[in-house]
Amino acid sequence: MKDKIVLSQGFEIQGADFVRGGEASCQIVEALRDLAFPPEIVRRAGIASYEMEMNMVLYADHGMLSLTVTPDAIMIFADDQGQGIPDIELAMQNGYSTATQEIREMGFGAGMGLSNIKKNSDKMQITSTVGEGTKVHIVIEANGARSNS
Amino acid sequence: MKLSRIIEELGLQLRTESCDLDCEVRGCYIGDILSDVMANSAEGYIWLTIHVHPNITAVAEFKGLSGVIVVNGRVPEPETLKKAEEHKIPIFTTGLSSYEIAGRLYLMGLKRAAK
Ligand SMILES: Nc1ncnc2c1ncn2[C@@H]1O[C@H](COP(=O)(O)OP(=O)(O)OP(=O)(O)O)[C@@H](O)[C@H]1O
Ligand SMILES: [Mg+2]
Repeated sequence: MKDKIVLSQGFEIQGADFVRGGEASCQIVEALRDLAFPPEIVRRAGIASYEMEMNMVLYADHGMLSLTVTPDAIMIFADDQGQGIPDIELAMQNGYSTATQEIREMGFGAGMGLSNIKKNSDKMQITSTVGEGTKVHIVIEANGARSNS
Repeated sequence: MKLSRIIEELGLQLRTESCDLDCEVRGCYIGDILSDVMANSAEGYIWLTIHVHPNITAVAEFKGLSGVIVVNGRVPEPETLKKAEEHKIPIFTTGLSSYEIAGRLYLMGLKRAAK
């Protein structure tokens, strides 16, 4: 039963859509609350998901944010078509950002997003092809954490 | 410290309807860098910022903040208020700066709760 999927949802993300940016993650948080995950786990998932979603809004043309919940884990997958990341190790460094002045004025571009994702997940994987797109996959372990499972 | 007491003593203008003003404020964070607020604020904190765009609501929602005070007389965008009401996040405005608000909160005895 380990791989049984409890819930699977996908949300389309549009690049540069700052008004709707964040809404998919809000829905993910609501779904996890409905599944009775403890608040601390929901909070970690929400922060990671939001940073993943906003990176697609900021740096990609469009993409998909998906949530898969199994009895053991919460998995969030961001898969975008866009410019890609030339040097992932550099991008992961806290403080590194290629954000434009305009984006920084909105409060983004501190170069903390990927670090926040890492800090709030148990596993994180990034792959990227320049000129094609980026995939970020995280896992938050939730073994037996649901109060109604 | 109750949010309602803070509103009264600081003379904050409430910009959203149907929010819980009876909730407990557990601390305060000042920040205009969204990822920094994501990383360093905590549940129940009240957040002081100059930003007026809808993403402040998302940050408050994900961190479980008790409210957002938009400082320096800045005016939240209508879309921001709409989203905040959907998520029941109180948004306030004030002509004071973050420093002045934070200083008063500190003098009122609002210290930092453990994260
Ligand atoms: N999906 C993506 N597509 C292309 N580039 C990306 C993507 N995600 C991140 N990057 C690159 O990695 C850098 C670091 O990302 P990170 O999320 O850590 O910081 P940021 O988005 O620049 O700022 P912050 O998240 O603090 O607002 C970005 O500036 C960008 O160059
Ligand atoms: Mg980012």
